Amino acid sequence: MSKKLKVAVWKFASCDGCQLSLLDCEDELLAVADAIEIAYFLEATRATVAGPYDLSIVEGSVTTPHDAQRIVEIRKQSRSLVTIGACATSGGIQALKNFGEVGDFIRTVYASPEFIDTLTTSDPISKHVKVDFELQGCPINKLQLLELVLSAVQGRAPRIPHHSLCVECKRKGVTCTMVARGDTCLGPVTHAGCGALCPSYDRGCFGCYGPMDTPNMAALDHRLADLGASARDRERAFASFYVNAKAYREHRELVTSGKVPESKS
Amino acid sequence: MSHDVFKADSKLPDRLLVALREQGYTTIGPTARDGAIVLDEIHASADLPVGLREDQEAGHYRLQARRDEAVFGHTVGPQSWKRYLFPPNHRLWAAKRSGGSFEIKPQHEADHRLAFIGVRPCELAALEIQDRVFFGEEHVDPHYAALRTRAFIVTVNCAEAAPTCFCGSMGTGPRAEDGYDLALTEILGRGRHEFLVEVGSERGATLLEALELKPAGKDALEAARKKAAELAGSMTRRVETDGLAEALMANLEHPHWAKTAERCLACANCTMVCPTCFCSTVEDVADLSGDHDERWRRWDSCFNSQHSYVHGGNMRPTIRSRYRQWLTHKFAGWIDQFGTSGCVGCGRCITWCPAAIDLTEELAALRGAVTT
Repeated sequence: MSKKLKVAVWKFASCDGCQLSLLDCEDELLAVADAIEIAYFLEATRATVAGPYDLSIVEGSVTTPHDAQRIVEIRKQSRSLVTIGACATSGGIQALKNFGEVGDFIRTVYASPEFIDTLTTSDPISKHVKVDFELQGCPINKLQLLELVLSAVQGRAPRIPHHSLCVECKRKGVTCTMVARGDTCLGPVTHAGCGALCPSYDRGCFGCYGPMDTPNMAALDHRLADLGASARDRERAFASFYVNAKAYREHRELVTSGKVPESKS
Repeated sequence: MSHDVFKADSKLPDRLLVALREQGYTTIGPTARDGAIVLDEIHASADLPVGLREDQEAGHYRLQARRDEAVFGHTVGPQSWKRYLFPPNHRLWAAKRSGGSFEIKPQHEADHRLAFIGVRPCELAALEIQDRVFFGEEHVDPHYAALRTRAFIVTVNCAEAAPTCFCGSMGTGPRAEDGYDLALTEILGRGRHEFLVEVGSERGATLLEALELKPAGKDALEAARKKAAELAGSMTRRVETDGLAEALMANLEHPHWAKTAERCLACANCTMVCPTCFCSTVEDVADLSGDHDERWRRWDSCFNSQHSYVHGGNMRPTIRSRYRQWLTHKFAGWIDQFGTSGCVGCGRCITWCPAAIDLTEELAALRGAVTT
């Protein structure tokens, strides 16, 4: 290999769980360190190397005017920029604020609201700058992160499927909780990647990996209504980590406006 | 081929399992787990779903207790035998960098000798269809071929049909006449619990020798055939296969495709549970050093958009186009390619569709006159 890939890891509004997955690659960490130059990664080391960078890995959403400027600067410094996790790709769970009055939240939460300088929305990085690849998940799957880094090192497209979670259940031999128990499961519209974690433990999917590439929200909603889920439950099922993802957001607007059928039972 | 018929008592499943395991087979069969009858390694009849049946409807499956101790009183669960012959994740080969070149380490399946216990007639038909796909023509899949030719098949003829079954109209069940090593028919009632054992191969005959079973009378076989014919006629779901391929291909712009697409999740469940669907994707998995590489084959589906992605775009961007591809391939294209329909009437795609789409209803609507 010629010159090592110069990589930076950036944090925006987030819990750090996704960038932690990189450090969590214990078995592979030495090989990773060997294959790339970690130039900027404050969670791992305070020693930093100035840009430009070959690859920027961005975690977190844009929630402040300062962040909005910072991401533009990072983009200028990066040959390639990928985002990781629900926050960076969709706005994260903190994007619940997009559907309320931010002023009200600030007054309720903070003793001195005048010190708070925030945007009214929590935005995906892609709303502010061009993003080359989005890795989904809350948190992301560390093996997929490794694949993403590896694909950058090898100069090829990352091998990350965008199909439904159901494919992972079936390959794994997990019995469908929706068909065999009537559970509410978001798997049929949810992006694969977690390895069917919840269904493997007898729980319907919570949608932690966001919408799959072609989600048929209305079809799932119709079926969940048939199975007895109330409109409120069906709306709330999508009001979590990916609340601001386009498919989920538009679907919740439909459900709350009463444009989808009420449950039959 | 011999077609000897024997009688056996209710200890037969255990005796068969012992005999197969003594010959070095890994015995795979149905077993109840997580609220469904799945396939896994079984060691004794206690592992089989004794006294269980399933309540199956479109998008609905529940295990229920039977009133008797039938060992094979169930039908088909979410899994099929393809997961053993065409595994969902399968390494095809590994490679190692060596000097300026690389060495390939082929994947050998030699150690696997599988015995399948409880292969239903529709599933037997599915195996024969996959045989045509994987080694029917000049392109032989060595992985499938190695596993398949070594597999010992114990078929179980069906005594009951699930409401989702339609093998009767597909001509694939509920009784198998050949294609197995041994075929069992379970007979229950009036204090009897017996098995009729039919021999379908030399391998099957050899295995049975040690069990020293008594021959069954000719009338026993006649009775079994008669019951099977009655069961075939009693199935409520059916597919009218006459002229179906032509009708589907003539109706590619039928408005019903769009109606179905409104309900279809494109989640791929139907293709994953289908015992004949064979689409896969192949991935090269290299490590960070770039010195080791493995080629893996994984189940894929025509419902996954990336499956039909080619340079520059996706050939089937809509769910409508993907559903149409699946159904027309299964019932029409398959006949041109492999000389057989791709459907065996097992009903899995109906039961395991989270959206409760019933393929038999869709086919009936799609071959109907176009009304606008």
